[in-house]
Amino acid sequence: MHGMLSSMNYNGWILTTLLLLPVLGAVMLSVQAAGSGQADDATKMSSARRTALLFFTAEAVISLGLWWSIDYGTADWQATVTVPWIPQWGIFYRIGVDGIAVLLILLTTLLMPLTVLGSWTSIRQKPHAFYALLLVLTTGMLGVFMALDLALFYVFWELMLIPMYLIIGIWGGQRRLYASLKFFLFTMLGSLLMLVAILYIGLKTVDPLGRPVFAYDWILQSASYPGTASLWLFGAFFVAFAVKVPMWPFHTWLPDAHVEAPTAGSVVLASIMLKMGTFGFIRFALPMFPDAVNHPVVRSSVIVLAVIGIVYGALVSMVQPDFKKLVAYSSVSHLGFVMLGIFALTTQSLQGALMVNINHGISTGALFLLIGMLYERRHSRMIADFGGIAKVMPVFAVLLTIVALSSIGVPGTNGFVGEFLVLIGAFTTEPVAAVIATTVVVFAAVYMLWALQRIIYNPLSKPENAALKDLNWREIGLLLPLIAAIFWLGLYPAPILNRTHAVATRIIERVHGMSDATSAGVVRP
Amino acid sequence: MLESTHPLADTAARFVWWLPTLPLIGFLINGALSVYASAKLGPADPSSDHGHEAHGHSANAHHQPHAADAGHDGHDTPIRHRFAAIASVVGPGVMVVAFGLALATFFAMRGVEMHSPYVNTLFSWLPVGALQVDAALQLDGLSMVMVLVITGIGMLIHLFSVGYMQDDPGYPRYFAYLNLFVFFMLLLVLGANYVVTFVGWEGVGLCSYLLIGFWFSEQANADAGKKAFIVNRIGDFGFMVAMFMLFAHLGTLDYTTIAAKADQLPAGGIVVTAICLFLFLGCAGKSAQIPLFVWLPDAMAGPTPVSALIHAATMVTAGVFLVARSSMLFSIAPVASLTVALVGAVTALFAATIGLKQWDIKKVLAYSTVSQLGYMFIGVGVGAYTAGVFHLVTHAFFKALLFLGSGSVIYAMHRAYHATHHHGDDAQDMRNMGGLKKYMPATWALMWIATLAIAGVPPFSGFFSKDEILGAAFARAHGSTLADATLLGLPGSTVLYIVWVLGLASALLTAIYMTRMMLYTFHGPNRTGAANTPHLAEAPWIMTGPLVVLGVLSLVGGWLNLPAVITDLMPIGPSGTLEHWLEPVVGEATARVAGTGTHLSASTEEVLIGFAVAIAIAGIVIAKMRLKPEVLVSKSASLPSNGIQRVLEHKWFVDEAYDATLVKPTYAISKSVLWTGIDVGLIDTLLVNGSAALTRFLGWMGGQLQSGRVGTYAWMLVLGALLLLRAFARAS
Amino acid sequence: MLAESLTLSAALFTIGVIGVLTRRNAIIVFMCVELMLNAVNLSFVALSRLYGATGQVFVIFVMTVAAAEAAVGLAIIISIFRHKKSVNLQDINILRG
Repeated sequence: MHGMLSSMNYNGWILTTLLLLPVLGAVMLSVQAAGSGQADDATKMSSARRTALLFFTAEAVISLGLWWSIDYGTADWQATVTVPWIPQWGIFYRIGVDGIAVLLILLTTLLMPLTVLGSWTSIRQKPHAFYALLLVLTTGMLGVFMALDLALFYVFWELMLIPMYLIIGIWGGQRRLYASLKFFLFTMLGSLLMLVAILYIGLKTVDPLGRPVFAYDWILQSASYPGTASLWLFGAFFVAFAVKVPMWPFHTWLPDAHVEAPTAGSVVLASIMLKMGTFGFIRFALPMFPDAVNHPVVRSSVIVLAVIGIVYGALVSMVQPDFKKLVAYSSVSHLGFVMLGIFALTTQSLQGALMVNINHGISTGALFLLIGMLYERRHSRMIADFGGIAKVMPVFAVLLTIVALSSIGVPGTNGFVGEFLVLIGAFTTEPVAAVIATTVVVFAAVYMLWALQRIIYNPLSKPENAALKDLNWREIGLLLPLIAAIFWLGLYPAPILNRTHAVATRIIERVHGMSDATSAGVVRP
Repeated sequence: MLESTHPLADTAARFVWWLPTLPLIGFLINGALSVYASAKLGPADPSSDHGHEAHGHSANAHHQPHAADAGHDGHDTPIRHRFAAIASVVGPGVMVVAFGLALATFFAMRGVEMHSPYVNTLFSWLPVGALQVDAALQLDGLSMVMVLVITGIGMLIHLFSVGYMQDDPGYPRYFAYLNLFVFFMLLLVLGANYVVTFVGWEGVGLCSYLLIGFWFSEQANADAGKKAFIVNRIGDFGFMVAMFMLFAHLGTLDYTTIAAKADQLPAGGIVVTAICLFLFLGCAGKSAQIPLFVWLPDAMAGPTPVSALIHAATMVTAGVFLVARSSMLFSIAPVASLTVALVGAVTALFAATIGLKQWDIKKVLAYSTVSQLGYMFIGVGVGAYTAGVFHLVTHAFFKALLFLGSGSVIYAMHRAYHATHHHGDDAQDMRNMGGLKKYMPATWALMWIATLAIAGVPPFSGFFSKDEILGAAFARAHGSTLADATLLGLPGSTVLYIVWVLGLASALLTAIYMTRMMLYTFHGPNRTGAANTPHLAEAPWIMTGPLVVLGVLSLVGGWLNLPAVITDLMPIGPSGTLEHWLEPVVGEATARVAGTGTHLSASTEEVLIGFAVAIAIAGIVIAKMRLKPEVLVSKSASLPSNGIQRVLEHKWFVDEAYDATLVKPTYAISKSVLWTGIDVGLIDTLLVNGSAALTRFLGWMGGQLQSGRVGTYAWMLVLGALLLLRAFARAS
Repeated sequence: MLAESLTLSAALFTIGVIGVLTRRNAIIVFMCVELMLNAVNLSFVALSRLYGATGQVFVIFVMTVAAAEAAVGLAIIISIFRHKKSVNLQDINILRG
């Protein structure tokens, strides 16, 4: 496989193709939309979704080669491309991947076709625009994972924001305007601070010709910041990423955005966009500002916020009457695990955090798809409106049970592997935080099983539910890959762990090593 | 030792991974059948919610389907029957094969000299730097005993279920869950490290959840399942923390490595004590000990064979297994060991008192199980690991028998009620039974065997195991490491005497409540009602057969580990067979706890045995004399009780207390403080909307300057110019 | 001579400013603005004796701009008058934010 791919020079063109293909698809959809002015809604919907599915499937298929074409034994950048963009200002189109980025790219490309299938019948309004925005969004997300130039990274970072804002604002539920505006403002607030920090860094690091430098590697090698600058810069990045994660207390945009977004929006938001925050921490905040990360106050504050998020998210999930909101708050809890794993700074916890990232993408994505299917049938997301539907929707009940169990980390499913690694790693450096976080295994069981019981078990007492149709083949088919992933990652996660090991080790070493070298005034606990 | 050079490498033991795989295959087949059946053929019985089965029992589910879907159902019946036939072959079939393989492995193990466990590594599961967790299975004396119990008794209960569940619409689903349970249970006992055991540990909890809530259409059943899972997860929290500590301090989670490295931890130190206490929290959850026992009585909402297999014979004993498995750690943590013994003893007595006043036949057995599990913890707590495991095995025999016997009784009661369309009455309430001896003689005789066994009457199996535990508790009070430690300011020897006394007291109560159950169920006049009586009959052979086998085992189970003091008196068999068998696993730990001079003299031991037997017989006699089945009236006619009786009947109001102090406050705080208070109130309203309001206010202020009056603007311009002039003047 | 010219210029400018600030009639305000411009012109001319002819060139510019401004300004005032039937500045607040 590897040989075949390298004979095609696969690594040379794959990343750029992955970025351009969705844009091409979006253009195609716009052309289609212009050409289908008179057609009725059903025709428009089916032509739009078919084109979108075609592009997303193509994207998924060509991206698969990354699984083999990348050498995971090294932490160096691979499949790199460098093209000058605005060279006078030191801005280059510079992309490449490492083991962590590849997995997130694959998660994105493989999940996107499923979101199209999940929106198959539910998006009836302006379908072309919807799928075009979804495609542009994909480019933005993939770009974030690939960018090796801080200015380019920022461009992609902002590029994700607009399509998602529109998706929530146009195709969302009752309070979509409120939710989309909140989403936009929260994210923008952080991004602007990050922009300032990026500009400072770029202007501070100059090349021999005196031009600013935004190249990630260059900045890593040469950057050292005077006095408290490192802390300020870290703070700016922290806010941008923490909003996106979202960490407590920056999380309140998430429940609103999730609840109001259409199914595809919720899936993308939960499964991929939330990973931007944690990815940002791993890729940028940790290696670029090791002094700040090692600063005892900074580190313990982040860990405290992470633990609060873990427990708080679970407790608040417990009392939600809306199933979608419940899942949204459970995301706050899960992403808290990721943050704990990252800032505990051990190989186990960091790799566990990466696992939780991927697992959360799979399980929460599947949960949102399932909720969407239920919503299409019953037009309600309120838990109290259901009950006993395992009798009428047995396949749905089985799948929901599996996904719910994976979400609360039952061993044998993917959820356990991530949580366990985070906690066992975090315990060696942050025992108290790890023990408090572990209590969530109880609360998670409470909120998830209670919701499960009230939806699929209990008496089938509401007459509206008696006639619900079970899932059709399209719906089963789109969930099966996710179910398979749940068990695969739960039972045999070694391929993933091996693929992230080199990078994780390098990041941990860098954070520890830098502080040892420049340990003036910085004490590592 | 390397896998390939181990003496077991060329024997049947190399197929050990087939042991869990077989039931997994069974699960997949039955699960597919079940999903296919309900998806293709529609729900078996959509309009019925089993509402008439007051305790979720469905032995009578062979009534006609409701008129609404009669046509639909009639059409599908042949397919349904074919599915049921496949499930009846696959479900018990995989168990028979697994039991055969277990026997073959057992004989292979008997044939070789084993110094180290046989570890079969399948693949690398969690390889992350220093943490290397393999998916590996471990065969040694302890796991072999457990495997035999699980596959053997599991097989019998699967067979029993074929009869018991035959008319249930969820028949394939039932066997799917049951097979899945066996899979996880085998993983639990065969795991070569804590993590694999933990997979099984949570897996059996999951199956228990699914099986308790098997008749999920009734809220009480679904509630009970959820409660079981959540309480178990509190225990799992402890298990997880213990694993974290082990990794942090020893850098591994493999049993063999930990056993070898355990000495690196300071004996009696805070670390090993904390590890053991956290582990025990896990055990308390899984094995229903104080304070986490509340789920087990509710778990009786599941089908009765499930109660026999999961909630009596196997899953709930996992905690005892885990302590025995971690004996190297517990043996250097005397404080933790004393805690285990004391909690076990208190639980044994506490549950026995509740058992005295329950009317539901399964609830009596449930509290009896909690109590007997307490006994097992006394055993492993005082460092008599073999005794604990021995009682685990004999208890599996007689308690499975008791549950299956009660299942037969309930089955008969249901059939009688069903035949007379008499659905209002409770088929599990002993006040509705009485005099069943006449109708079900075989069940009566077998259940008496089990009752005598659990009461501790010689020569039934329970006598030997219970006696060994009490003897060990007494013996450890002198010269052992436990006796020298202190727990909560009490010297260890005092604690051990308290444990011993509590054990004796609960032995007395056990004899009383078990006799009570037998008297009310099988003796005295019949209270089922004249119309129902002619329909009472013995269950079919597929159900009675397993009962007979278990009866024999309950009778002779004691021969597994005869005490030397008895074989010295009368040569009825070899002594200490199980002890020799488990010696490579727990021998070192046992010796370490026992310390010096803990062997009781033969005469002391004889006195203790005599004492225990006297107590058991006294209990039976007291019950027989004090209780009058003749004056009992049926459930609907009985009056509510009061005083201490009421407290016992309501289980000391523990559930209510937990609800009021833990469940409700957590919910209320989450809802009103965290969600509406902090999330919606503080963050969203004050900070988010507050900053928006502040921005709007500042904007309004700025807007006020833009009055639109050119005159005002001109004034400002001039004032600004003057200010600038003044500033320039100052500067120059 | 220079001092007197500059004093006159300052006096004219101040009168202009006071007129702009106190009067309500747009035409009068406009005239006062013209007065201010011409006060500045006067000081330019006076100072050109000291600093050369550049000031006088500036005066030409200012006068040209003032003429253009007068044309535009009067046109605006007329169109406001047509619209509002008033040239009172108090009545004109469509710039209000």
